[in-house]
Amino acid sequence: MSSAQQEEEVLGKAYDGRLMRRLLGYVGGYWPQILLATLAALFGSITQVAGPYLNKVVIDRYLDPSHVQGSGSFFSAWLPANAYRGLADIAVLYLFLLVAGFGLDFIQTYTMQWVGQHSMFDLRRDLFQHLQRLQVEFFDRNPVGRLVTRITNDVETINDMISNALVAFFDDSFVLLLIIVVMFRANWVLALIALSVTPLIALGTMFFRRAVRDSYRRVRLAVARINTFLQEHISGIALVQAFNREEHAFAEFREINHQHRHAWTDAVFAYAVYYPAVEILSTCAIAMILWFGGLRVLDHTLTIGIVVMFIQYSQRFFRPIQDLSDKYNTLQSAMAGSERIFRLLDTPATLTSPAAPAVVAEGVGRIEFDHVWFAYQGEHWVLKDLSFSVQPGATLAIVGHTGAGKTTITSLLLRFYDVQRGRILVNGVDIREWDLTTLRRRFAVVLQDPHLTSGTIADNVRMGKPGLSDADLWRALEQADLADYVRSLPDGIHSVLRERGAGLSTGQKQLLSFARALAPNPPFLILDEATSSVDTETELKIRHALDTMVTGRTSIIIAHRLSTIQRADLILVLHKGVLREQGTHQELLREHGIYWRLYRLQYRGQAAGGNVAVPAVQNTAE
Amino acid sequence: MSFALLRTLGPYLRRYRRRYVLGFSILVLNVAVFSSIPYILKLAIDGLSHGISVGSLAELAGLLVLAVLARGLFTYWQRLILITTSRDLEFDLRNDLLWHLEKLSQSFFQRFRTGDLMARSTNDLSAVRNMLGPGIMYSANAIVQFVVVLAILLNLDARLTLIAFLPAPVIILSVQWFGKRIHDRFEKIQAMFSSLATRVEENLTGLRVVRAFTREPEEAAAFDRLNQDYIQRNLRLVRLSGTFTPLLQTLLGVAFVLVLWFGGRAVLARQITLGGFVAFNAYMVQMSFPMIAMGWVINLVQRGTASLERLQQIFRSQPDIADGPRTDSSIASISGQISFRHLSFAYPAADGSAGPTILRDLDLDIPSGKTVAFVGRTGAGKSTLMSLVPRFYDVPEGMLLVDGHPAPRIPVELLRRSIGYVPQESFLFSDTLRANIAFGVPDATEEQIVAAADAAGLGADVAAFPQGYDAKIGERGLTLSGGQKQRTALARALLRDPRILILDDSLSSVDTLTEERILEGLSAFAQGRTTLIVSHRISTIRNADWIVVLQAGGIAEQGTHTELIGKGGLYAELYEQQLLQEELAAV
Ligand SMILES: Nc1ncnc2c1ncn2[C@@H]1O[C@H](COP(=O)(O)OP(=O)(O)OP(=O)(O)O)[C@@H](O)[C@H]1O
Ligand SMILES: Nc1ncnc2c1ncn2[C@@H]1O[C@H](COP(=O)(O)OP(=O)(O)OP(=O)(O)O)[C@@H](O)[C@H]1O
Ligand SMILES: [Mg+2]
Ligand SMILES: [Mg+2]
Repeated sequence: MSSAQQEEEVLGKAYDGRLMRRLLGYVGGYWPQILLATLAALFGSITQVAGPYLNKVVIDRYLDPSHVQGSGSFFSAWLPANAYRGLADIAVLYLFLLVAGFGLDFIQTYTMQWVGQHSMFDLRRDLFQHLQRLQVEFFDRNPVGRLVTRITNDVETINDMISNALVAFFDDSFVLLLIIVVMFRANWVLALIALSVTPLIALGTMFFRRAVRDSYRRVRLAVARINTFLQEHISGIALVQAFNREEHAFAEFREINHQHRHAWTDAVFAYAVYYPAVEILSTCAIAMILWFGGLRVLDHTLTIGIVVMFIQYSQRFFRPIQDLSDKYNTLQSAMAGSERIFRLLDTPATLTSPAAPAVVAEGVGRIEFDHVWFAYQGEHWVLKDLSFSVQPGATLAIVGHTGAGKTTITSLLLRFYDVQRGRILVNGVDIREWDLTTLRRRFAVVLQDPHLTSGTIADNVRMGKPGLSDADLWRALEQADLADYVRSLPDGIHSVLRERGAGLSTGQKQLLSFARALAPNPPFLILDEATSSVDTETELKIRHALDTMVTGRTSIIIAHRLSTIQRADLILVLHKGVLREQGTHQELLREHGIYWRLYRLQYRGQAAGGNVAVPAVQNTAE
Repeated sequence: MSFALLRTLGPYLRRYRRRYVLGFSILVLNVAVFSSIPYILKLAIDGLSHGISVGSLAELAGLLVLAVLARGLFTYWQRLILITTSRDLEFDLRNDLLWHLEKLSQSFFQRFRTGDLMARSTNDLSAVRNMLGPGIMYSANAIVQFVVVLAILLNLDARLTLIAFLPAPVIILSVQWFGKRIHDRFEKIQAMFSSLATRVEENLTGLRVVRAFTREPEEAAAFDRLNQDYIQRNLRLVRLSGTFTPLLQTLLGVAFVLVLWFGGRAVLARQITLGGFVAFNAYMVQMSFPMIAMGWVINLVQRGTASLERLQQIFRSQPDIADGPRTDSSIASISGQISFRHLSFAYPAADGSAGPTILRDLDLDIPSGKTVAFVGRTGAGKSTLMSLVPRFYDVPEGMLLVDGHPAPRIPVELLRRSIGYVPQESFLFSDTLRANIAFGVPDATEEQIVAAADAAGLGADVAAFPQGYDAKIGERGLTLSGGQKQRTALARALLRDPRILILDDSLSSVDTLTEERILEGLSAFAQGRTTLIVSHRISTIRNADWIVVLQAGGIAEQGTHTELIGKGGLYAELYEQQLLQEELAAV
């Protein structure tokens, strides 16, 4: 289990004032709506409590007047003496309250859902935008599946809290309060008897909460694991199959799935105990009312109507309490969800533009690495004391063994990571002083991993330059030697690609990402293994495009095929993060070092066939 | 709700038949006890209004307590059995879903996005669980209680019962009307949720490109649109469900008004006793819970069926590449001879129809133990051809033969076990380096793993990693360099000790020195194994036993390196081009 997952397991308390305040910050802007919903809940609770009271009035006034001593009821005065007319009046009043209740209930639900949905929207937007700002390094450590869960499911729990729990909480409290008031007004002794079981219920509820809290936490953890597993295994399904890993992967999944089921069992048990317990207690209260109230009725010190009313209220009294504990669970999930959400939001974006970015002149400039040290982890230096500079408009080529740190150089230049020691200067300004967007906008890049997005071919090319005209788009495709292929597709540039550009051959993906980089026209260029999967003929064709691209730009080209880089103004030979050789092609050959050996190897591969075409090439090359 | 859908759940429900039967029996007992409570109240109230002995009053109060204790016990059992069963069912269903997904071929994954499939295996699955657990329990409870209480009420006063049930048809009609619409809207919301998740996933996996192209604002805007759409759809659902629940409650309230009014008149007319009137009310309260629950259950069921439908789309997809009646299980080993006979292939399009033809009428015999290289332009169909050998996609029988057997006759497991496949794009899992190399041989020893890594030229790199083979490599091998990823994938394939080795341009991100070393090692390894190797570099393939030049899905020419050079065709041209490139600045 990764440490991040363990971290996920130990989560804060169920209610956390600090978290709640932040959450309320998201909701606070919608206070008029919340006020409206609360008012609706307030009046709505009157309509909910009316039933038993009206029943009491009917019984005492009309159905069993024998037991009544005085006229206690405040609206007895209004009521007609005729029992049939009186019944009708009360029924109509009741009906009116119901209809009002309907309207109020709708207002409450809809407004709160509206608030919940809008807060959810805000929260999702903030999360997404924060993720867009967080440094690349963060994503090296946090699996995508988990981050997706934050934005989707965790936010949903908060919505649940706002739209289902927040106002319903007031609603339930109002109902409780109102019932208590009515009960005490009617007969305080009986009221105390009815309420006598509440402490026990409160105690039970507390135990219940504690039992489910832990269970829910484990559930969330299991769900996150399920998500991560699925994400990875579905996208790598071809490999699972090719390597006959189906059973193995299944066993692994089964285990996670089992954890998920197991996490629920405690919760299921707690519910199975809690619900009946509350019902038993509340019915005991009814039995007591029946007994104590009944004795007084027999004494003629109490009316039957009041006993009936107390019984009916007792039946209703405990539902809101149960509801409240349900709401409490919702609150708990929301707290846990927001804990994780806010932790993500609080992860500082350490790699941002400075407050007052330097104003850097437009145009082609210099790139300089000045004693750069860099490590992805701790002290495991990937680049060691690297210094070099590329003159404006010049082309730098970087070669070296795989894993030597070439891609790392480009990542640093684009400020995906910050260097630990030394500095990187572009146009003479430390890139940490540049505005991040401005810096990256100045670069056209073909990354080693082409990564296309789902969407059309045109969308992908336009990625670098949103407003690109169709003509320019075709020109870019033409230059990347992809135009013929795109033309052959039934939908042309509007052909839809799937995730990561699936549906194209690897070479085609590279060419497309090449076209994507060609589209804008920035002063710096980075090509990291841009044509490694492209055939020679195509490579020659796009060489021309490359030549035009490189002229007038400061370029960095990384390639294992030396053919691509021989004409660079400067070639760096990197070995395990250390700059071992630098110079032009000719100079390096003369040094008889790593470059010379690399070169000879490729050269020898061909030399056996003879040097037939060399002179001709020299002509075309010059 | 369609019964065809429920039929698929049949096997699951049958598996837990006993528990369901037990659970429902307890439920019936539970309802019976529960229904006695208002009757006890009736006796008490009648007693109070006409005089009752203190002793009988105490008896009635005691009876009430006994009844509720029994009910408590039954509720406990019932919940424990039925809800646990639904969790078990969810467990089974989710396992089966993954198992099914694992068997589906690539043609299926052409059609569904990862995010979408994930949403189906999580959200949709819990919606189905909700239907099968609480959904079934509450609806059974509601139905039984309805029947029992109705019988009692009719017995108390038939006329009043009929009046009290006047709102019932309206309730049923509105439940139906709303139910269907809620179902539709909910389904759209689930789909929307999937695309939201997919969007985030794609953005995060393509993070570096997004940053490099400073696409953050556009990405955020696109996400906002989806986000907005999602809440709008949710609110559209709320407009319905927010009307539905209060409406249901109001209609039930009308029943109470009717009981108050007409029940009151009946008491006045001495048709029922005051206790009867009170009990009637209490029974209506008992009824109202199942009624409201019914509304909620209808929601659960609507959601559940919507989700079940989406799960069905997965379950309905047949694993088209799997052992079947045609499989010849007597084939126990593979030596590695491969033949393509008039092979033609087209990828299935999204709608299931065949797309444009990629491979055309391709004929080739690869003797066991030989190394055959494939070259050709980008998009010529090399990778496609390679992916047909382990049967990621199927071709009509007879087009692909391995050891002379038509591919579909060979048990899939055996075929794939005999192949070491290094895909062109190395996909690694976010696990340790060791686990990734041992991916195909989970019980590999340390020595074997190290040997495979060394053969793939990875050993030196690993030695430099702080955690060595225990280094976590991040999602898709995020923390490895391009060449390290490729070599890990290579080591993973070599470790399997396969009869057939497929290297699809697997050294493209590796420098020439390392490549040379790997190739040297490989040539020893490849002895006696059939090796298919795709590359754009002549240096990689010139020593192959046979070289095939693919062009537009067909074979343009074939032969050994020297033969092909002699022919002066495409290969010779390619060779010259590379030579020119290499020579460009040599002089
Ligand atoms: N995100 C990361 N986290 C930790 N280590 C990393 C990360 N990215 C790369 N590395 C390590 O840094 C070293 C240099 O990697 P880099 O990608 O720069 O190599 P490269 O020269 O581009 O190699 P290749 O030619 O194979 O692409 C490698 O050992 C690699 O494992
Ligand atoms: N999954 C797919 N669905 C639909 N079409 C595809 C799919 N994969 C590849 N294609 C198309 O099939 C053709 C052949 O692709 P393939 O990947 O076999 O080419 P390749 O010869 O391997 O090229 P490269 O040298 O670039 O790797 C291409 O035109 C490509 O667009
Ligand atoms: Mg690299
Ligand atoms: Mg390919």
